[in-house]
Amino acid sequence: MTRKRRRMVLVLAGLTALSAAVALVLYGLKETVTFFYSPSEVQAGAPPQGRAFRLGGLVEEGSVKKQGDGLTVEFSITDMAVSVPVTYRGILPDLFREGQGVITEGDLGTDGTFVAREVLAKHDETYMPREVADALKESGVWRDEEGSK
Amino acid sequence: MIPEIGLFALILALAVALVQGTLPMIGAARGHDAWMASAVPTAILQLAFALAAFLALMHAYVTSDFTVVNVALNSNSAMPMLYKISATWGNHEGSMLLWVVILAVFGAAVALFGGNLPPALRARVLSVQAWIAIGFLTFSLFTSNPFERVFPPPLDGNDLNPLLQDPGLAFHPPMLYMGYVGFSIAFSFAIAALIEGRVDAAWARWVRPWTLAAWCFLTGGIALGSWWAYYELGWGGWWFWDPVENVSFMPWLMGTALLHSAIVVEKRDALKSWTILLAILTFSLSLIGTFVVRSGLLTSVHAFATDPERGLFILALLVVTIGGSLILYAVRAPALKAGGLFAPVSREGGLILNNLLLSVACATVFLGTMYPLIAETFGYKATVGAPFFNLTFLPIMTPLVAAMALGPFLSWKRTDLAGVVGRLKFAFLAAILATAITLYMQQGPVIPVLAMGLAVWLFAGAVIEWSGRIKLFQTAPGDSLRRAIGLPRSAHGMTLAHAGMAVVIAGMVASSTWKVEEILIMRPGDTTSVAGYDYRLEKVERIKGPNYISDTATITVTRDGKAVTEQKPEKRIYTVQNTPTTEAAIYTTALADLYTAIGDPDGKGGQTVRIFFEPLVPWIWIGSLMMMLGGVISLSDRRLRVGAPRRKRPPTLAAAQA
Repeated sequence: MTRKRRRMVLVLAGLTALSAAVALVLYGLKETVTFFYSPSEVQAGAPPQGRAFRLGGLVEEGSVKKQGDGLTVEFSITDMAVSVPVTYRGILPDLFREGQGVITEGDLGTDGTFVAREVLAKHDETYMPREVADALKESGVWRDEEGSK
Repeated sequence: MIPEIGLFALILALAVALVQGTLPMIGAARGHDAWMASAVPTAILQLAFALAAFLALMHAYVTSDFTVVNVALNSNSAMPMLYKISATWGNHEGSMLLWVVILAVFGAAVALFGGNLPPALRARVLSVQAWIAIGFLTFSLFTSNPFERVFPPPLDGNDLNPLLQDPGLAFHPPMLYMGYVGFSIAFSFAIAALIEGRVDAAWARWVRPWTLAAWCFLTGGIALGSWWAYYELGWGGWWFWDPVENVSFMPWLMGTALLHSAIVVEKRDALKSWTILLAILTFSLSLIGTFVVRSGLLTSVHAFATDPERGLFILALLVVTIGGSLILYAVRAPALKAGGLFAPVSREGGLILNNLLLSVACATVFLGTMYPLIAETFGYKATVGAPFFNLTFLPIMTPLVAAMALGPFLSWKRTDLAGVVGRLKFAFLAAILATAITLYMQQGPVIPVLAMGLAVWLFAGAVIEWSGRIKLFQTAPGDSLRRAIGLPRSAHGMTLAHAGMAVVIAGMVASSTWKVEEILIMRPGDTTSVAGYDYRLEKVERIKGPNYISDTATITVTRDGKAVTEQKPEKRIYTVQNTPTTEAAIYTTALADLYTAIGDPDGKGGQTVRIFFEPLVPWIWIGSLMMMLGGVISLSDRRLRVGAPRRKRPPTLAAAQA
């Protein structure tokens, strides 16, 4: 095989691998990407039906309740304009607290309750998830000086 | 006083680095010997100053000097000594200082052990290394000074983030950084080679040990981080495809590719310009790994606090380093002469396939990790999680693992594929057998069952190749032993690393497929059964630790009435920051981990308990250790010993002609 032909084969192999990967990535993104919505957007009907998404905001003060089985937790996520009720069965993260920013992932039930499969809180109590901070800015609750440190 | 000395030492380190970055470079261009030689003392001096600064900061931590802001924010007088020391690098400023020190250690090592490098090459390598140091030192001094004072000093410190108060995490950052920074040497060699305009077998032999050392550290660092996440977070998982994890994984993928392509440059004088590119990309990804998450560009569960001013500096640093080196590459790489010819089915061909698949796999991880940023510029917020990576990364890795068993059998230039396949028929049988056994023992989806077969295929392939080399069972045992001793250590290392990979894969597949998880409320005296083991909650007590209060549960585990172990999972509250943490209890058997964690009490005398049955998880750590050990054994190979090779011809003026 000559140098030129070898280079051609290499380039072709590289391109094939790359285009296969690009196709995979595009398909993967289409199938699995999870979008983030704030409570106001959820009320406005923004999330597409039948698809899991992330809902983030503050855990509303006084909203956290345990159900009879002791494992299922009910709470509301708010952006101070609208709040969405959430249920979650499992152990909440160590830093889950009322008034604290959280992100939850799950599906919106027909009754308007968000059934979370996953609840994420940051490992740092001064932390505010960026998506949540942005959502709060939009609803006018968040001021930048609070977020800077 | 000592913190000021530390700051002064850091400034001196910058001054020395500026000299080291200019004099030797000019000397190498002009053929001025004394100027070139100045790289050695300056590299050692730079290490001395950087180390002095680091020790000064550590001193402030050990003596709990709360007049230093950094110490006040991240330490506490009640903390155990180990964590006072590890708190030195458990924060942004300190970890940057650690970066600088490790960078200087590697630079000084090249200066000390590079005695038989051609003087011009050594001068250039050390100069490039100094420029990286200059970037980090200015970053540290101008945006993250660790020695800043506070007046009046607080009575006590704010404590280290409790999650970081853990032996696993005390050593995880230094290991990871040794890996990241180790690739800087490969990068400096690549840039020096581009400036010189020549890459040859000797060059590859100098680069390989450094790359291999960095790769070993990075493998260890990633495994340690994963192990920490597994036992500390209490979620029973060992990999979450979190941006922080991904950015450490990408340099590992590229570094692995570099490790293999450097072999081709050394043995066959081919793939030169590709290897240079890989060296640049690997270190670039290390830089991105250090910075992107830290700058707050990507949301992650475990990033340090962020600050916009730092973000801009970081971005500038990344653009200059990565952009600059890629431009240099574009200008100079075409001048590198292509080397030996080979057929597609050959050792070279196999290593190219390895490189191709690793790079493409790395690209999918990169796209998945960066996608939230891309989405945001288009005005919507999205996250990419484990399902994406399972869908894209795994299909690319599968053919790689399948081919990995074949690779070591191929010979240089051209190979008869049929002969290789013939030698692997036992591996194939073993794989089929393993698939059948898995299917019999654990019914499950088809893909994981096949993946277990694939792991066995790889393991058997590695073992067959090794025993073929020492003619195991084909000659007298004594002869085999002699052959094993005579075999280059890098061959033993490769076998061990490949077999380790197989063990890791088996562990990952089994634990993600056949894991059993149970969450329930238990009262003292309650019993539950998970995956054949019976768990009985005996009691929950409150215990006081040095800087925390703990609720400790006692759970006895039995199997068919026979006692297995007693587990004590804890829920701790670190009093200074009022932060709760979960301490899981893990009992390891050869085939599985029994993993328990406790949550909140339900207020009616019950306790939330989380019980996991985690099959083969210990194999992930064992396999990672095998890979690391394989790297270390290769590193001890005489042929790879740092500084051993010599150039056959005197350096030519290829650069001038190019």
